[in-house]
Amino acid sequence: MAAVTLGLAAPPFLSAIAQAQGIRSRSLVVIYLGGGNDSLNTLVSYQDPNYYSRRPTIAVPAGEVLQVGTDAGGRTLGLHPRLEGLHNIFNEGRLALVQRTGYPNSSRSHFEATDHWSTANPQSATGPGWLGRYLDTLLRPVDALAAWNTAGETPHALLSGQTGVPSIPNASTYTYASPNRGSAAAEERAAAQVMAANAAAGRPHLALVNATNRAAIETLDRVAQATTYTPTVTYPNGSFGLALRTVAGAIVRGIGSRVFWVQTSGFDTHAQQGASGGAYGNLMGALGDGLWSFYSDVRNQGLANDTTVIVFSEFGRRISENGSRGTDHGAAGVMMALGGMVRGGLYGTAASLAPGHPTLENSSGDVRYETDFRSVYARLLDQWLGVNSVPILNGDFRAGAPAIF
Amino acid sequence: MSQLSPQIDHLLRRAGFGASPADVETFRNMSPGAAVAHLVDYEARPDDVDARIGRMDHALVATRDLFSPDTDIEDARQRWMFRMIHTRRPLQEKMALFWHNHFATAYSKLAGDSGATQAAKMLAHKPGTLRGPQGQIELFRQYALGNYRNLLLQVARDPAMVLWLDGKTNTKAKPQENFGREVMELFTVGVGHYTEADVYAAARVFTGWNLRRSDGYRSDDINAYQEFVFNADQHDTDAKTFSFPIYSNSNRTIPARSESEGMQDGVDLITALAQHPETGRRLARKFWQFFISEIHAPDPAFVEGAAAVYRQSGTEIAPVVQYTLTSSWFDHPSMRYARYSWPPEFIVRAVKEVGWQDFSLDKVRAPLANMGMLLFEPPNVGGWALGSNWFSTGTALARTNFAAMLAASQKTSLAAALETTGTTPQAALAAMLERLTPAPFDPGPQQAMLSYLVAGGAWTGSEAQLNTRAAGLARLLVGSSEYQLV
Repeated sequence: MAAVTLGLAAPPFLSAIAQAQGIRSRSLVVIYLGGGNDSLNTLVSYQDPNYYSRRPTIAVPAGEVLQVGTDAGGRTLGLHPRLEGLHNIFNEGRLALVQRTGYPNSSRSHFEATDHWSTANPQSATGPGWLGRYLDTLLRPVDALAAWNTAGETPHALLSGQTGVPSIPNASTYTYASPNRGSAAAEERAAAQVMAANAAAGRPHLALVNATNRAAIETLDRVAQATTYTPTVTYPNGSFGLALRTVAGAIVRGIGSRVFWVQTSGFDTHAQQGASGGAYGNLMGALGDGLWSFYSDVRNQGLANDTTVIVFSEFGRRISENGSRGTDHGAAGVMMALGGMVRGGLYGTAASLAPGHPTLENSSGDVRYETDFRSVYARLLDQWLGVNSVPILNGDFRAGAPAIF
Repeated sequence: MSQLSPQIDHLLRRAGFGASPADVETFRNMSPGAAVAHLVDYEARPDDVDARIGRMDHALVATRDLFSPDTDIEDARQRWMFRMIHTRRPLQEKMALFWHNHFATAYSKLAGDSGATQAAKMLAHKPGTLRGPQGQIELFRQYALGNYRNLLLQVARDPAMVLWLDGKTNTKAKPQENFGREVMELFTVGVGHYTEADVYAAARVFTGWNLRRSDGYRSDDINAYQEFVFNADQHDTDAKTFSFPIYSNSNRTIPARSESEGMQDGVDLITALAQHPETGRRLARKFWQFFISEIHAPDPAFVEGAAAVYRQSGTEIAPVVQYTLTSSWFDHPSMRYARYSWPPEFIVRAVKEVGWQDFSLDKVRAPLANMGMLLFEPPNVGGWALGSNWFSTGTALARTNFAAMLAASQKTSLAAALETTGTTPQAALAAMLERLTPAPFDPGPQQAMLSYLVAGGAWTGSEAQLNTRAAGLARLLVGSSEYQLV
């Protein structure tokens, strides 16, 4: 059985469109940590005695944190010890740590919370995603690879009524196979393309599947280009490393995608979480090593100034550990931004973990948010992607946005 | 189209996985009512499908040494695909698939905790030769059309579920909310019908619902097992008050009990949740989407009708499914092909319709994963995202590439099928459409397939032409958008 990859360049009008839609081809790489990342152990307020009294078995020892200085509230903080790579980027002034991001009455349900971060609407869990609405502002006809999703399903944040986003979990298997070879295989692919072009009038559910099939066929050759990229660094093994490596390949090959989506899960650490090591240590190690490889690779290629990465999760976790040496669903958490144009540093103020303190909520069980996550989105839309954030976010969230650019 | 009436065809796709040639014979002369009865009353036929694994005239399984579906998750996956293809009880296997998504429990977390052998056992053990309780999927097969309250009670004690939702660490000293939350949010009433205080109270109800290991337990011992145990000394014995009635007198408080009687708390709560009016409605909406349509919103009359059947029968699932499959909505022509196939449904139907000669089910694992539904590995406890969510460019490619792999493997039998019937391209296409059952094609796609058949030269029906074009045509059909609808 032969894999059919026609050796044609992308049709000229597609690259012209990709060119026309960005004077410089800036990329936004969105990293979603699935499950609710325990931010208090990512960015550790190690001088707060309540951190240790409320987390007797899972607190990161003070002597092991990687120092990142003192925030505007006077709290001295450190990164989790397995985040050496991120610490390097911080020391270069290119990692922004935005503390206590969230929204009022935050949901502690994975599905609802993820939906709110996706729609940028704390009142509604349905509707297009904020990045989908961004894609809808791009000039039509929009490039089929305007956004590139490395996960198997399109995330809610990228869902839009009008713009399809290819899901490319493994670029090297993103090909059209056939039971035949040669011209018969090519004729088969051509027939499939005609079948998928059917407007399917009166059957919108069929039209939807056709649109997906069409997009898949149209993107095959361009995706193949990203797989021929040889990185300047070694990426960690595993799907997260592979996804970042593929994104780097797409950026270096100039595919033209403006938004990349990468997700990694396992952050729902209800039990046996670990502290510096253990399950949480592994999560931090994989995250830090992956991002450090990506950042170094892109920088070596001279593209760091055209690339911004943001990292978020659907909620932070409770302050006190539970009876299983883990943590339950919480509220506010840390967002990160890194890239060649990012103004690195500490943004916002750490919570005080003393019961009764106003930076806490839910009977002092959770961290209260300080920065509405939509203001971070606004900053990215206005300053990085160069579009007006107000209609996209259905509101003006520019005030109070951390000055990460 | 196929050799069965459109109604029976539709019924078999929805209540089963489509029709193989043998199924066509079985159902050929049945009325729709008789066919529904035949499907619902599956206990009239023996559960003998596993005994047929290894027969050369069935789909094959592949394994390194001994086929071990009770202790090896890859073999368990093959056994389950084999069951869906060859069962004489399609509705039972279909409901097992439904419950697997409803009570979504993922192998990788269990394996991370207890090792590969025990994790596979907890999910797939079919008691017979090995010691230990039945695996979760056997529980779903046992209760496929059973009493939902009893199924919930069994699920709450199921070792895979206890481990999956951290029940082992739910003790009165530090209640663990995971199961308490999900039993309301996902398994019964749904978001909006319970409060955060209810979650905390539910956590306390299930304190002490734990697991114990068999004597001399070693995780790599195929006869070792974990089983449910109620640890009375871990149980929170204080009263628990909820925002909804627990007892038939509308009392909302589970009373304080002694430790030794404390397990009754969980029985009372599960009974109340099973009987809660929102549970019947929520199940009804899920059955609408699973059996009737994903493109039409659930008709409120159906939801209330099905919920009433659920309530009046005392939370039995069989009458609700019977009601669904015999309802006027189910049989309405606008509901034909009104649902998107789940990846295993797509694969099983394709195999049943195209053929399985010398086709080994280990080859199905990677396509299933690429399509987004690796059995026993849901993305989270909420299950898989259904409907149009199955379709992204990567998963669309996975489906059409599976079609290519299957067509390639059945090249010979596909060519033979067209030898006598394929005298013209139109006749060849018609013959192929007797065997495969996509949604109806518009003229454009129809013409594209006819053009494909003659793209290499005028149609002569020669051996060379059939060997190439029959498999290519089958691939185009199975990979088409029309075939993705059920």
